[in-house]
Amino acid sequence: MGRFDGVDVRPGYFDEMHGDGTELRRPYRNYDEWFSQEDPRRLLKKSADAEALFRRTGITFNVYGSEEGDERLIPFDIVPRIIAAREWARIERGIEQRVRAINAFLHDIYHRQEILRAGRIPTGVIADNDAFLPEMIGFTPPGGVYTHIVGTDLVRTDDNDFYVLEDNARTPSGVSYMLENRETMLQMFPELFVKSRVRPVAEYPRDLRTSLAAAAPHGTVGRPVVAVLTPGIHNSAYFEHAFLADQMGAELVEGHDLSVVDGRVAMRTTEGPEPIDVLYRRVDDAYLDPLTFRPDSQLGVPGVMDVYRSGGITIANAPGTGIADDKAVYSYMPEIIDFYTGEKPLLQNVPTWRCSEPDSLGYVLEHLAELVVKEVHGSGGYGMLVGPAASKREIARFTRKLKAKPANYIAQPTLALSTVPILTRNGLAPRHVDLRPFALVAPNNIRITPGGLTRVAMKRGSLVVNSSQGGGTKDTWVMED
Amino acid sequence: MLGRTAGGLYWMFRHLERSENTARLIEAGMRIALTRSDDVEKEWKSVVTTAGQKDAFLERHDRFEQANVIDFLLRDRTNPSSVRSVVEAARSNAREVRTALTREVWEATNDTWLTVRDTLARPVLDRELPDVLGVIRRESALVRGALHGTMLRNDIYNFARIGTFMERADNTARILDVKYYVLLPSASYVGTSLDNVQWETILRSVSAQRAYRWRSAGDASAMGIADFLILDQQLPRSLVFCYRKIDENLGYLAADYGEHHRCHELSHDLLLRLTGRDIGSIFEDGLHEFLGDCIKATNTLGGAIERDYRFTA
Repeated sequence: MGRFDGVDVRPGYFDEMHGDGTELRRPYRNYDEWFSQEDPRRLLKKSADAEALFRRTGITFNVYGSEEGDERLIPFDIVPRIIAAREWARIERGIEQRVRAINAFLHDIYHRQEILRAGRIPTGVIADNDAFLPEMIGFTPPGGVYTHIVGTDLVRTDDNDFYVLEDNARTPSGVSYMLENRETMLQMFPELFVKSRVRPVAEYPRDLRTSLAAAAPHGTVGRPVVAVLTPGIHNSAYFEHAFLADQMGAELVEGHDLSVVDGRVAMRTTEGPEPIDVLYRRVDDAYLDPLTFRPDSQLGVPGVMDVYRSGGITIANAPGTGIADDKAVYSYMPEIIDFYTGEKPLLQNVPTWRCSEPDSLGYVLEHLAELVVKEVHGSGGYGMLVGPAASKREIARFTRKLKAKPANYIAQPTLALSTVPILTRNGLAPRHVDLRPFALVAPNNIRITPGGLTRVAMKRGSLVVNSSQGGGTKDTWVMED
Repeated sequence: MLGRTAGGLYWMFRHLERSENTARLIEAGMRIALTRSDDVEKEWKSVVTTAGQKDAFLERHDRFEQANVIDFLLRDRTNPSSVRSVVEAARSNAREVRTALTREVWEATNDTWLTVRDTLARPVLDRELPDVLGVIRRESALVRGALHGTMLRNDIYNFARIGTFMERADNTARILDVKYYVLLPSASYVGTSLDNVQWETILRSVSAQRAYRWRSAGDASAMGIADFLILDQQLPRSLVFCYRKIDENLGYLAADYGEHHRCHELSHDLLLRLTGRDIGSIFEDGLHEFLGDCIKATNTLGGAIERDYRFTA
């Protein structure tokens, strides 16, 4: 029997460990050597241990729409996703270019709107965008930074092709899993890290703090006071909010801890009000300030926007950055990159049909069974149609939805997402993955942590990796040269 | 520290203390039920009264039957003081103040919740009760151990300790108050075996029966027990011990923050009330009145701490 006769790959899909099934790709050599000498039963046991560890540590997420207090674990797979140094270098440059362009775009949209004047993107894309905040017009955030934290969703289709699926310039989550997954792997398999030179990710919290502090308001005296604003313990990402605050040594605050005192946003401490310089908020724009946005919000701080506009606090990410997350804007990203950087995009955009355009809508309706349809403002894998996996009834339902509100949707070809093996009872088995690296934007630099969150569809053949839809995660290794 | 965090710590440790106290009350009640066949319901009624849940109980049940009482105190979610409810509440508090806790304290609390949740998932059979109560007490000891072993002795620690001793003082005062008639020297059954069982229950509900035996060389008198539970300087559940700890911890906060509040005055007053007292004079003035005053003063102090340290907006 040949070396690769037992290797399980999905025909037609690129496997990051085994290519088309006839090779062992270079970044996985050390791992494969280790793995082939391991007892599969021991590994399965380790895998169960990891789950118990996560449960014990409380690394859980709350599921919306289920009984209050229902906390689930995100499945964790112990086979790392490994990225070669040269592959990472490309990804890193590509993300940096994109993040730079997005910040320039946001500044332009809230100031002179050159890109609209130049006719490079239609005015309607901005005017009809709910995430556009008139309150931000003419205002420049401290340090000129709009997106302090970006989590770019990438997928890979073969050896050379990476596509950006989403930019997540609003409030990307998942970075705590990047850190905890690595921590877990270090505890469970220290020998692997002796053998392989994996670039560390543990600096992220310190970098985050440095980066946020660097964007503190002009005139901040001494060490900036940073706080993380969370909607509270019932939010699905609460664990991450507490984790990041803890790792940064920053206060974890809720809206009712804060108030405006003498023109500053201050938190209520046991010794009285203490002003905050930088607010890393994990609360959506709409809930940020009941005086400016949704008046019924209990999660925000009345008056924070006034303090913000008078330069008394930094809000990260800046309000109004959500326009860059819109999937209609996404479809213009190649234009946006070209317009602000004068460069060709280093990472590809997925070809996107905007259903608001009659020709595109016609094409999409005819080819629903091959396409992925997404809501323009949606996220988290909710409300999307994966054509090839959909039943006739689902397609009929989406046809009606599309006809009723075409501008609410975009469609993309179903990408042949790469696979990485996961450990199953029957050994390694390929599952589809994506990758979310995290970029930190400071006034003078952009740092991209070598690694990221690899999400993996745990079901055989499934292309949906979202945790809300049963997806799991893997540790992501970026190798030293 | 955030005022909300201080409040979360205070309540987290009140809730944990309460879970342990409730387990102990059930244990004492069970003991009586096993020893005496007549009037068992009256004993369970006094257990529910001590837990401060008589009205809530009567909304759900007509009679103080053993199985109902135990289920109500252990598992009933409509009872905010049931072990299940308070452990859930303690864990929610812990999640809220996660950044103030060491990993050890958080994990011990999370573990407690996981264990208690599984243990109390189904009604507890009589034959399982001793084990279940043991689990509850052991789990809360683990959190306490993690707290002592890993936390800095700073304001975080002080608020945790104040919560513990506020709850404990309240609990000891209630136990005595519900049973005070047993302790009254004029009661007709003084010296009977019935009387001894009752005394033992009181001691058992604060885990002090053994300590008392050693201290009193077997002499179980009403005044002796009351003296022990109210005025003993060494018993960690006596009123004076709890009030002294609260006062000390509030004192550390005052020194740390450089600021005195109303709660400091109230706490001093409360401690003074017990300092230099002898049990004879307390019985003369009326044990019930004395305990009632203590419970009220503890409540007032709790309110002052909450305001002075800005637990809520």
